[in-house]
Amino acid sequence: MNPVVMNLTLRGLLGRRRAVLLVLLPLLLLLLAGLVRWASGGDLTNTVLLTNEFALGTLLPLMCLLIGVGVIGTEIDDGSIVYLLSKPVPRRTIIWSKLVVAWGAALLFAVLPLVAAVEISGDEDARLGLAYGVTAALAALAYTTVFVALSVVSRNAVIIGLLYALLWETVLGGYVPGVRNVSVRQWALAAGERTLGDRADLWGVTSDVSFTAALLLLAVTTIGAIVLAVRRLQTLRLTTGD
Amino acid sequence: MSTLVLDHVSRWYGNVVAANDVTMTIGPGVTGLLGPNGAGKSTLIAMMGGFLAPSAGTVTLDGTAVWRHPEIYRTIGLVPEAEAMYDMVTGWEFVVANARLHRLPDPKGAARAALETVEMMHAKDRDIGTYSKGMKQRIKMATALVHDPSVLLLDEPFNGMDPRQRLHLMDLLRFLGEQGRTVLFSSHILEEVEEIAGTIEVLVAGRHAASGDFRRIRRLMTERPHQYTIHSSDDRRLAAAIIADGSADTVDLTSGNLAVQAPDLGVFVHALPRLARDSGIRLLEVSPADESLESVFAYLVAR
Repeated sequence: MNPVVMNLTLRGLLGRRRAVLLVLLPLLLLLLAGLVRWASGGDLTNTVLLTNEFALGTLLPLMCLLIGVGVIGTEIDDGSIVYLLSKPVPRRTIIWSKLVVAWGAALLFAVLPLVAAVEISGDEDARLGLAYGVTAALAALAYTTVFVALSVVSRNAVIIGLLYALLWETVLGGYVPGVRNVSVRQWALAAGERTLGDRADLWGVTSDVSFTAALLLLAVTTIGAIVLAVRRLQTLRLTTGD
Repeated sequence: MSTLVLDHVSRWYGNVVAANDVTMTIGPGVTGLLGPNGAGKSTLIAMMGGFLAPSAGTVTLDGTAVWRHPEIYRTIGLVPEAEAMYDMVTGWEFVVANARLHRLPDPKGAARAALETVEMMHAKDRDIGTYSKGMKQRIKMATALVHDPSVLLLDEPFNGMDPRQRLHLMDLLRFLGEQGRTVLFSSHILEEVEEIAGTIEVLVAGRHAASGDFRRIRRLMTERPHQYTIHSSDDRRLAAAIIADGSADTVDLTSGNLAVQAPDLGVFVHALPRLARDSGIRLLEVSPADESLESVFAYLVAR
């Protein structure tokens, strides 16, 4: 890791106008959690519904997409990445530095608010908060890494990422059972299910994938994305044709 | 002292050939890479800077291949054409960050020296986003110079500069070349290049069309056949006089005007008024046809 790359990355991520979204979207979630609490009086079923469908299903991938593209995609798009690449710094180090910033930002802006939202809308001895915390942390790790890799591989990372997050995870995952087996959200939920133990079925925090398979798939996806990002950055083409 | 060697380098994108079998050696001093837009100058510079793999051939810096060797950036300083930088940091922070990325022992001292060289100390504490185009160009120069590289690659550095900034950068490049650095910059303007470049490499349609000092390139460009369109009180008689005099190879009356092709610019422009006066013909209009830079370059390639 390189502190200079991390510093520039962090300032690039937070210094742009779209950084406002990193605050606004979690605020929206907290607001919704407050409404749920007010309407249902802390009923756990509604907490699970809000977290599964909105927080985990839509908001988390969206935030990770914003962060993943924000730490490297923007720089590749406008060409300013050349100032990092034209240095005697291994490309591996550049990717690691950017990933650490992305993971930290995802934890702060996506995972923490999600846990807070669970607590606001209704929990029992913080059990749901812990389970969803584990789930969201694992999902955020995988999502941000995948979106960082996607940003290095394609200039259309935002579009592809949106299609994946909204269509694949949310819509298709809702109707086509098979799709749920290849979904970061389902894999991460398996860890949440395990954390809750017996209460998981009762509260409806369940995954279609077994715990071991889920962890394995998460690890393979994350590590694969890191390897891909490093390799593609090593041969990144920085010219438009002339 | 460093030397960049391109050995039969080609680069294609799908069916489009951007660089076609280019062989050149770029040594200490200022070299200008001259060519019209779309000639492949940026592609060539990207390959020299290790940002693009040659499809065929090799690019080496003092014997080491540049592709996939980030260590070469200790020797190379790069001024990209793209204007984007980190808008939300100040010029000072950005140049210091570049110095740190090079792991220089005294990053602040190096940043100060680089900013003094490009005369940007007065504005160093403003955000890069607030800089004018010329100021951004100078910050780009400072980031490329901060580690005292022996090779400097600049992609269209004069684009968007006002005349004063242009003169300043010319002086700077000349100075860097005199220090024994290998400085290569691209441009599509001959006057810019011949002003400061000791050596000129001409690139047209991806091919290395000519090479030499500015006198040689200037001569190649002026000693080509020149075409004129002439309007006079009696085109037919003037055509006869010109062809009899021998100062032009071809006269053509088919298009309604008199079109002339002369092998030597100097001889023809001196002969034409004399011939007109001696024959009692009035010249109404003499205009050079086909003087665009592209056609000049195209002539060089066709040779």
